[in-house]
Amino acid sequence: MFQLINGPQTLGTTRVFWLPFLAVLAAVLLYPVVADAYDVGNMAYLLTWVFMAMGLCLVWGYGGMLSFGQTLFFGIAGYGYGVLAINLGGEAGTTFLALLGALVLAALAAAVLGYFMIWGRVGGVFFGIVTLSATLVLAFFLGQTAGPEWHIGSARLNGFNGMKDMAPLNLPLPSGETLYFDGMPLYYLVVGLIVVVYIGLRMLLNSRFGHVVVAVREDPQRAELLGYDVRKYQLATFVIGSALAGLSGVLYTSWGQFITPASIGLPAAAMPIVWVAFSGRGDITATLVGSFLVLWAFQTITVYSQQAALLLMGAMLLCTVMVAPQGFVIGVVQAVRRVFVRRGGSAVKARAVQNVPDAQEVRA
Amino acid sequence: MTPLLQTRSLTKHFGGHAAVSDVDLSVTQGEIHCLIGPNGAGKSTLFKLIVGTHEATSGHIAFQGADVTRQRPFQRVQQGMSIKMQAPSVFKELPVRQNIHIALQHHVAGRAELTREEDRLLELLDLAADAKKLAGELAHGQQQWLEIGMALALRPVLLLMDEPTAGLSPEETFKTGELIQKLNAEGMTVLVVEHDMAFIRQIAQRVTVLHFGKVFAEGSIGEVIADPRVAEIYLGKTHEH
Repeated sequence: MFQLINGPQTLGTTRVFWLPFLAVLAAVLLYPVVADAYDVGNMAYLLTWVFMAMGLCLVWGYGGMLSFGQTLFFGIAGYGYGVLAINLGGEAGTTFLALLGALVLAALAAAVLGYFMIWGRVGGVFFGIVTLSATLVLAFFLGQTAGPEWHIGSARLNGFNGMKDMAPLNLPLPSGETLYFDGMPLYYLVVGLIVVVYIGLRMLLNSRFGHVVVAVREDPQRAELLGYDVRKYQLATFVIGSALAGLSGVLYTSWGQFITPASIGLPAAAMPIVWVAFSGRGDITATLVGSFLVLWAFQTITVYSQQAALLLMGAMLLCTVMVAPQGFVIGVVQAVRRVFVRRGGSAVKARAVQNVPDAQEVRA
Repeated sequence: MTPLLQTRSLTKHFGGHAAVSDVDLSVTQGEIHCLIGPNGAGKSTLFKLIVGTHEATSGHIAFQGADVTRQRPFQRVQQGMSIKMQAPSVFKELPVRQNIHIALQHHVAGRAELTREEDRLLELLDLAADAKKLAGELAHGQQQWLEIGMALALRPVLLLMDEPTAGLSPEETFKTGELIQKLNAEGMTVLVVEHDMAFIRQIAQRVTVLHFGKVFAEGSIGEVIADPRVAEIYLGKTHEH
């Protein structure tokens, strides 16, 4: 198991990484003790997006498929959660059924769309165009569902105003009370899920499956000539990454008890690309760290000016492409590695850094 | 005895042009079979039809007695074919060892066994010292050998090689010939597309000559070399059918 967590597809395989990782995790777990409830709730909101970033890192960075429409699955799962939670009553643990149902919906949608794209040999930039088109279609469709005739069971879609009043995630306790996942409980739920997903993705990427996914990214024909059905690996990668976008959608909807088409449209669809490109799509840890930093910066600046925050995002994307096409977090790791190597360390320890796509590839 | 690989009336048209036309080819178990011909003879197209990266316009391909004409490349590989392409086709952004690992993990289970097999192949290919390098950092000849190693990692019944000596020095070419002969002595059947006649003389047991997409001559290396018509097409004079 440890060999899977610390394999060649992921950065950070020594104590130099894991000891600070544990320290950061401890700080994250202690954060609600020192922060006020409002900040904890905000932090939980911020962290809900990280799943979508990690999913896109898997699909784009490791799988080589630039999906511009991860918000499609975010939206399907978000609305799916709303519809199911409202229609199931939202009590007695049914919200977790709604969560599972919504994830299945997102995964099914990804499987259908992915099947037609991958079996239809849609690749390269066209993969991005088709996925972006799909998310825009859903956003436009949901935008015109304002009338009362647009409902699924007792759940109104509500057009641009969005669906609201679904119950947040909750669990009945043995004492008869109900544990609602908002504020601190939601924060711990999200942090726990991030740790599970992160470790799970590391294991997946360093497994036989992960080696094939990377091989397909590098040279699909060579991978096929080694006996792998590359289409199945691509589809599985796309479905897993999209289900993670769906998880973000469910947690977001549960956090705010609303979801609108704005979270599916063009500006929202571009955001995950910026987070992952800036962080370094070649590595899951870089994406985790970088996405959190970008989201935090974005939210902090948004308090003062949303326009300024959007401009910052655009500027960051431009800088990434021009200055550090492999991503800023990976760029920093490479700089540290150069210092390390200069001092006589082993280059092998940083081998995975060399595997990130080069500048030409990113620009293409 | 049923041939290991057999094509029947295999044809491939590109628009109105027949790149391969009615080709009947038989490769017997245990032989080194070379496919030769001047440039444009259809060797590489026939190779790609056998591998499955090109779809045949008509005709059939049988491998180990089963019709594989409509199968995708990965299915043919799973049945025992293994392929070395003309240009080095390796995962250039991945380390050499990982290239071998990806090929090996199909057939070898268990981390210890995988590592042992990786080491064995890296030694065989003289790449042990470069195992941690990115494959793209290797010299051209080393990349060719790495790809051969990846093909061997699949433990194939039939090894298909498209111009394995392209870009190699005479010494590397000779070493490649020795490796192929060694593999053949261990029981592997090999089909090689090549136009380096010195290399063909070194390894070939049977030779099929293609010209204008058709089988032009067939026989042992001695018979083919002695055929004046073959010498004629290699000297550049077009043979009229």
